[in-house]
Amino acid sequence: MSALLQISGLEAQYGLTKVLHGVDCRVEEGGITTILGANGAGKTTLLRAVCGMVKTSGSILYAGQRIDGKATEDIVRLGIGHVPEGRGTFVALTVEENLRLGAYTRKEKNKVAQDYERVHRYFPVLLQRRQQQAGTLSGGEQQMLAIARALMLGPKLLLLDEPSFGLAPIVVLEIFEIMRTVNQEEGVSMLVVEQNASLALNLADHAYVLETGRIVLDGPAEEIRGDDAVRRSYIGY
Amino acid sequence: MESFLQQVVSGLATGGIYAALALALVMIYHSTNHLNFAQGEMAMFSTYISWSLINAGVPYWIAFFATLVIAFAGGVVIERLIIRWVEDAPVLTVVIVFIGLLMIFNSVAGWIYSYDIKVFPSPFPDQPIQIGTLYLGPHDVGAIAVTLIVLAILFLFFRYTSLGLAMRAAAENPESSRLVGIRVGRMLGMGWGLAALIGAVAGMMVAPIVFLDPNMMAGILIYAFAGAMFGGISSPGGAVFGGFFLGVTENLAGSYIPFIGNELKLSVALVIIVVVLLVRPSGIFGKVTVSRV
Ligand SMILES: Nc1ncnc2c1ncn2[C@@H]1O[C@H](COP(=O)(O)OP(=O)(O)OP(=O)(O)O)[C@@H](O)[C@H]1O
Ligand SMILES: [Mg+2]
Repeated sequence: MSALLQISGLEAQYGLTKVLHGVDCRVEEGGITTILGANGAGKTTLLRAVCGMVKTSGSILYAGQRIDGKATEDIVRLGIGHVPEGRGTFVALTVEENLRLGAYTRKEKNKVAQDYERVHRYFPVLLQRRQQQAGTLSGGEQQMLAIARALMLGPKLLLLDEPSFGLAPIVVLEIFEIMRTVNQEEGVSMLVVEQNASLALNLADHAYVLETGRIVLDGPAEEIRGDDAVRRSYIGY
Repeated sequence: MESFLQQVVSGLATGGIYAALALALVMIYHSTNHLNFAQGEMAMFSTYISWSLINAGVPYWIAFFATLVIAFAGGVVIERLIIRWVEDAPVLTVVIVFIGLLMIFNSVAGWIYSYDIKVFPSPFPDQPIQIGTLYLGPHDVGAIAVTLIVLAILFLFFRYTSLGLAMRAAAENPESSRLVGIRVGRMLGMGWGLAALIGAVAGMMVAPIVFLDPNMMAGILIYAFAGAMFGGISSPGGAVFGGFFLGVTENLAGSYIPFIGNELKLSVALVIIVVVLLVRPSGIFGKVTVSRV
């Protein structure tokens, strides 16, 4: 397998505070990588760095091409969909408008229409809520909308920032099942940031543990899942 | 009855001008969260540009559309050159920038064109429009038509085009907009351009009534503010309604309540608005945006 996303020596800072100290990680073509870590470890910052939303040094290679230093709008056009922390809903717009915005950069009308139907197959509730103001959706529905909006881009790589956050367990399972389907049937690669480690380790093929801006552990998800000692000391369950 | 209808129509004519300017204010408010105090002076300056063109012999409607293009470009330039740098600045900084723009436009207009009052032509015929026994001012009717056409085009643009949708998105949530690939800076620039364009329409429609001078928009801007607050600063449709409502109320109060007359009509309108805002702080149509965390 070859890497779709290859991050090397990544450092990131807000003002004078450095929050990533030389992070190396990768997402395989068609693979799912998860980044685990406690609050404030720098997980969100890592995803934002990929999308050009924070100042960084080091290199970020996507499909063999340097994307660090590019503008967010241009990175998105390369097929990187981002489901941000807090979901990033356009609260005053309707559900349908949120989805149309997901496909804003795409020209092929037919494919967009197909994707529109496809995301509604995954999330039928969004069709019912089509004309509703997106801010009035429940938390779970907004998370679905955020994922659906990112899928409307027709992405090759999906970045998901704590998709389970604040949701009922049953909704979380549903969403993770859909993520698995999207990955397996459409070959969309994913970089998933999670605090719910057991869930993420079940989904991903590779995992990294981030601690205050440094990768302290990485390996195949299966191995980490199976190694009680490692799990207890690094992930704490 | 006739005179009542005539008063309503001429109220709608000035109301349409308040409505247009109120809409411009709302558009800027959506992206900056501030009221653009310079909106009126920008409109005034645009009107002077069209006056220059008309004076140089350019036919009215060509001058009209050329002015719209110039106003649009000017709005974009102001946003890209000045406003973008204070986007994240504290409230007072932004207010100072807006007031600074107001003073610059005002004094530059005075410097180029002098403070003498000038006559500005109306593109509409002189004969009153007669419907039965009702005589309507041709400029009133024309101004209402022009404003309604502009408002309708804008509505269709924002509601049905993907560029209009992107502009609304960029004003609401710049970060999420970037994540779907919208070039937010361009959208905000275009927002200023469109607001300046609407203001130019308002300026050119009101100038034949109030005459052209560098301070012509001061009072009108207050009405536009009031109209926007009344209808709801968060609601473009509400602001437009507020503008029309204010124009009509002002005119009717001035003609039918004897002790009010021309001098006090502004106060009456403002009193009504203060009362409404006390009862409904977000304005009549202002939606309290629901957002869950
Ligand atoms: N905009 C910002 N300005 C300054 N510091 C920031 C900013 N955003 C994050 N930080 C700091 O950077 C560090 C990493 O934050 P980040 O949001 O990446 O953590 P996280 O792993 O996503 O945490 P969580 O699980 O709580 O979402 C934290 O110490 C945080 O205080
Ligand atoms: Mg985070």
